[in-house]
Amino acid sequence: MQFFDDIEIGTAEDLGSHVFKKDEIISFARQFDPQPFHVNEDLAHTGLFGGLCASGWHTTSVWMRKMVDFRNADIEQRRKDGRKFARLGPSPGFENLKWLNPVYVGDRISFRSKVIGKRTLSSRPEWGLLFLLNDGLNQHGDLVFSFEGRVFVERDPDRKITI
Amino acid sequence: MTDVNTRATQCRMFEDFETGTVFDLGERTVSKEEIIAFASLYDPQPFHLDEEAGNQSILGGLAASGWHTSSMMMRMFYDALLTYSSSLGAPGIDRVSWLKPVRAGDRLSGSMKVLETRASNSKPELGFVRFLMRAENQHGVPVYEQTFSMMFGKRDAG
Repeated sequence: MQFFDDIEIGTAEDLGSHVFKKDEIISFARQFDPQPFHVNEDLAHTGLFGGLCASGWHTTSVWMRKMVDFRNADIEQRRKDGRKFARLGPSPGFENLKWLNPVYVGDRISFRSKVIGKRTLSSRPEWGLLFLLNDGLNQHGDLVFSFEGRVFVERDPDRKITI
Repeated sequence: MTDVNTRATQCRMFEDFETGTVFDLGERTVSKEEIIAFASLYDPQPFHLDEEAGNQSILGGLAASGWHTSSMMMRMFYDALLTYSSSLGAPGIDRVSWLKPVRAGDRLSGSMKVLETRASNSKPELGFVRFLMRAENQHGVPVYEQTFSMMFGKRDAG
């Protein structure tokens, strides 16, 4: 992962894809969101969405997994190359999450992340706050969700640049 | 056994929500095991998986993934309000704030305040209810806030 100071606004990353299987959709929903259209295939077919579909929180949680895997692969590569890398911090939250289309059993969702802004913090000089537009598309090219995330990224200790 | 009529009168519908009403979502204690189980599947960052790594991180200890907290709040919301309701799902979430780390052993208390109700212009059979969902830990410290709208079927679709 690049340091906050080196990240350019507009940078877009493909985080990879995930196929949502029936078992995992039901397993997540039974734990956290047991509405009929997420847990019961028979009821789901006659209901609102016309088929069993993933909880919106499941979809965004898988986005998170793909993001972590993507960052870890990048860190691994930088280790191999002997380059330094930034730590990824936690997120204070997000805005404008839209669940635009259902994610049905068997759908392959491709996850993306784009840098849309950055802000330095006088309260935390070691960290910068990155603003991201995150989304996912299904195999038909339809957007299924998008949200504006925020995450702390470590600043380069060797650079003292004011942004 | 609940008959159909009783169930119908118990079913919470659009008309049953009033601006300003606050619903209690009850409590939920978060275990270390479930923090690690969720993070292993969906958010395997060191500060969500390992106590020592958590201690050395910006979070200052093992903490639940924010997505885990949001998902736990979804379940508290479901159990308290959605089970017997005419819910038609949520089109999205306006804002989530993960205010403070949620730690192993924390006991979360949840609440939901109705901010606004609005009948749909285009779909006479449903309306939108906008909520402020909040959770605080056992020390009374707010850890989570979420603003969002939910669609509910109307009793009177006329």
